[in-house]
Amino acid sequence: MKKSHIIGIIIIAAAIMIIMSTAGDASTYVDFGEAKELAEDGSKTKVHVVGRLKKDAKGHIVGMQYDPLVDPNFFSFMLVDTNRVEQKVVYFNPKPQDFERSEQVVITGNMQNDVFVADKILLKCPSKYVEKEVKQNTTAGL
Amino acid sequence: MINTLIGDIGHLSVIIAFVAAIVSSYAYFMASRTSTEATGDTTWRRFARGAFYVHGAAVLVVIFALFNIIYEHRYEYYYAWSHSSNHLPVHYMISCFWEGQEGSFLLWIFWHVVLGVVLMNAGKKNKQWEAPVMAMFSFVQLFLTSMILGVVIGDVKIGSSPFILMRDFMTDAPVFAMDPNFKPEDGTGLNPLLQNYWMVIHPPTLFLGFAATLVPFAFAMAGLWKNKFGEWVRPALPWAHFAAVTLGIGTVMGAYWAYETLNFGGYWNWDPVENAVYIPWLVLVGAIHTLIIYRRSKQALRTSFILVITSFILILYATFLTRSGILGNASVHSFTDLGLSGQLFTYLTAFAVLAIGLLIYKWKHIPTTEKEISTYSGEFWVFVGAVVLCLAAFQVLTTTSIPVYNSFLGFIGIESNAALPADQIEHYTKFQLWAGVLIAVLTGIGQLMWWRKADKSSFKDAITMPLMLTLLFASLVIILSNKFDVFAFKLDNPVYITLFVTSLFAVFANLSIILNLLHKKISLSGGAVAHIGIALMLLGILFSSGYSNIISGNNSGMLYSREFPDEINRDNVLLWRNTTTDMDKYSVSYRGQFLEVAGVPDYVNKEVLFRTEDEYTAIARADIKIKDKVYYKTGDTVELPSPENTYYQVEYKNRETKESFTLYPRAQVNPNMGLLASPDIKSFADKDLYTHVSSVPDPNEEKEWSELQEYTVTMGDTIILNDYVAIFNGVEVIKEVPGVELKKGDVAVQADMKIMGEKKTYHAHPLLIFKDGMAGYYPEILEDLGLRLTFLNIDPAKQEFKIGVNTTQKDYIILKAMEKPFVNILWIGTIVMSIGFIMAITRRNQEGSTAKAPKAKAVKKADKAQVA
Repeated sequence: MKKSHIIGIIIIAAAIMIIMSTAGDASTYVDFGEAKELAEDGSKTKVHVVGRLKKDAKGHIVGMQYDPLVDPNFFSFMLVDTNRVEQKVVYFNPKPQDFERSEQVVITGNMQNDVFVADKILLKCPSKYVEKEVKQNTTAGL
Repeated sequence: MINTLIGDIGHLSVIIAFVAAIVSSYAYFMASRTSTEATGDTTWRRFARGAFYVHGAAVLVVIFALFNIIYEHRYEYYYAWSHSSNHLPVHYMISCFWEGQEGSFLLWIFWHVVLGVVLMNAGKKNKQWEAPVMAMFSFVQLFLTSMILGVVIGDVKIGSSPFILMRDFMTDAPVFAMDPNFKPEDGTGLNPLLQNYWMVIHPPTLFLGFAATLVPFAFAMAGLWKNKFGEWVRPALPWAHFAAVTLGIGTVMGAYWAYETLNFGGYWNWDPVENAVYIPWLVLVGAIHTLIIYRRSKQALRTSFILVITSFILILYATFLTRSGILGNASVHSFTDLGLSGQLFTYLTAFAVLAIGLLIYKWKHIPTTEKEISTYSGEFWVFVGAVVLCLAAFQVLTTTSIPVYNSFLGFIGIESNAALPADQIEHYTKFQLWAGVLIAVLTGIGQLMWWRKADKSSFKDAITMPLMLTLLFASLVIILSNKFDVFAFKLDNPVYITLFVTSLFAVFANLSIILNLLHKKISLSGGAVAHIGIALMLLGILFSSGYSNIISGNNSGMLYSREFPDEINRDNVLLWRNTTTDMDKYSVSYRGQFLEVAGVPDYVNKEVLFRTEDEYTAIARADIKIKDKVYYKTGDTVELPSPENTYYQVEYKNRETKESFTLYPRAQVNPNMGLLASPDIKSFADKDLYTHVSSVPDPNEEKEWSELQEYTVTMGDTIILNDYVAIFNGVEVIKEVPGVELKKGDVAVQADMKIMGEKKTYHAHPLLIFKDGMAGYYPEILEDLGLRLTFLNIDPAKQEFKIGVNTTQKDYIILKAMEKPFVNILWIGTIVMSIGFIMAITRRNQEGSTAKAPKAKAVKKADKAQVA
């Protein structure tokens, strides 16, 4: 066999290994029901959950708990997933500052003892990148 | 009045640039036909050149128009309004020029114009190449300018124009129905994270790299097209080096910007946008290696074609990824979708199909060498190195593209919910670390093989010395770090040891190459220098990431919540103002909030500044002096260049060495983006101390004050306020109150109080003003003590005064701090690598311009040696 063939085979083998490993490491978007099932099966894999914050009639967020004076590293809130399942989420870091303003939240983590422990929170704010509104005070120039 | 002229000029110029690009690519195509070349007719070529110059001039006008809109604050244009603001200094206006998609396309177009002009005029050697290469250039420009064309035909939108007016962009806004000539007073400003000098130079460097990858690609395509399968390599090689070094420097600048400005605590986050540049860079560097192999021994030509073409297609793919909005859920800093994804996809497929099709069509004609490569030849190991680079790129590509698979499967009707790995850093490290190890080994072996006329024994001679030095040095470091605690880290992880040893080997092996070349021809050592740079970068990455150490772990002794037995990362510490907290080997105190003041070289305490209606000015309440030099006197009006940024003074004191220093991590609570924190970094020779605030009490939220408590005092009385002793010294009538106009008959009285804090004595001067028969209160707030004092009333008969007191929570910050050992080696490695690249460019460029004959002979000789 020629050396170039051996190299070719090694490349193909490495590429297959990379693809398999990526498939193995890839996380999934799930809902809380599936996250619970995974945890009950003893799996520790981390998943992504997309949800919305629970808000009352006045638009205030319900069930948010953060008191930096007691523990700056403990933040917890309620998240409602796409199937309208509510779940308490805990994040062992300070509360992201623009949390209240966000509409959609993507969290990464897994279920541990009836709470979802998140290690990453990605906020989707309505106007995070593109301004779509001309603010009222700018019209004062009329 | 709104100015539509400048926008019309700009838009017209875009159209001219687009049309000129079409004309130029057609004319260059005609000029490069074999029949035209054979007749020696240069009319088509001259015509094409003219068209390209028209194109270039039009592009310059577009840039001028857009910059003028930003510079003159023409907020009737959406681009200026959404990216700039009145208070933005000029250098950041440059950044906001390319903050938007359209501007960054424009930057890319601009660099293509520059490179195109250079190629058209680059000496005689490129004459045969000008027409086909420039045809490719103009063709690319046609696609790029179409991205900012902003023409709507029916339902099809071609490009997004940067010259769109506010009223056309926001057709629903009621204000434009009332007054179509309405012009906002101020823009929404530049994303504060981008207000950093690196953001002024990082994007142009990166886009120059983007643009430069087109040159080797265009040469490769020209070579395929004109059946000059090998000749294109010589002129393309220095350009490939140039593209790799600019792309590399641009990427590292971005990493450095992230390190300095973003608070995730590192220079690399495996964000898809970062990966999108990293992938083509790896492939391009791989391509350089196969091109060099071809230059010496006429091997690996087909691979060179594949890699050069792939690196350019990957640049287009990167553009598609970051600008189509496909990564919306996965990335924090990709652009939003401008509705151009279809157009971007067309661009990508057009070039992929064109290039791959041409390659397949000509595949059989590309010359190959039949002889088998010896394992003892440099070529073999360099080739293996290129393979490793490409596999590393492939791994990053496979993972980064996960969102693309989702949309693709969704497109053909299969639902897929795959997400990026939850722990991306771990996932990528798993591969990239071993790729690093292999590359380190291969740079050593490959270089040693390359410069020896290879056979077994001479290779042994060459490798002995570097290998011995490596083992000696490595074992020394490993023993010292594990047994004697000489360093801040313990090198005991076998994986890290492997990377450490191999990187050291790469350094020593390449050093020995340089030493050898010193005697012969130092100009040949560019490769060795670049490889040392890479090895140093690997070492820097290893230590700064592998041994990054969070020192602000929660040490309050408080019991963590009951339900969570699992390992939990609690990395932040709460610091009360003026209360010293122990953190690792430091005693840390948070001392207060500071602001930037124009003309003052240091930050100024907020307490000395009386804020006015205008955010950007304040009145000095005391002399502003630094080291005995007075910059402003009491009552002076000062300018605040960035009032939205608060600097939190944090004092560190090393408990062992008693050495102390002050850091100013910055934060701003942005109405659109929440808390934007930027770290402050203290650099030591062997490490960086990286500090940022994770959370601050929301300054926009009203403070909760306790109920007002009234005290009636006479001069000299002592009272206890919030556990502090306060002395009421008396009152005085004052003539001037900053910000208030006192007329005849108005009276302003201020109380003078002294309060003994933990660290120092505070003076409070609450004001009471009788103006137009009304009493006005100007309370004094002592943030340090959480006190608000209001001067309520005077009873002249009894000589009694009434003081109101509210108390509140003391000010605090939540802080995160970490140490990054030897991060400087990474930055030094980058510089060394760049120097190596520049040496190689110089050498390859000279090689390209010297007469062909002697070189060809040299190549043949080498070839013979090989065969023998």
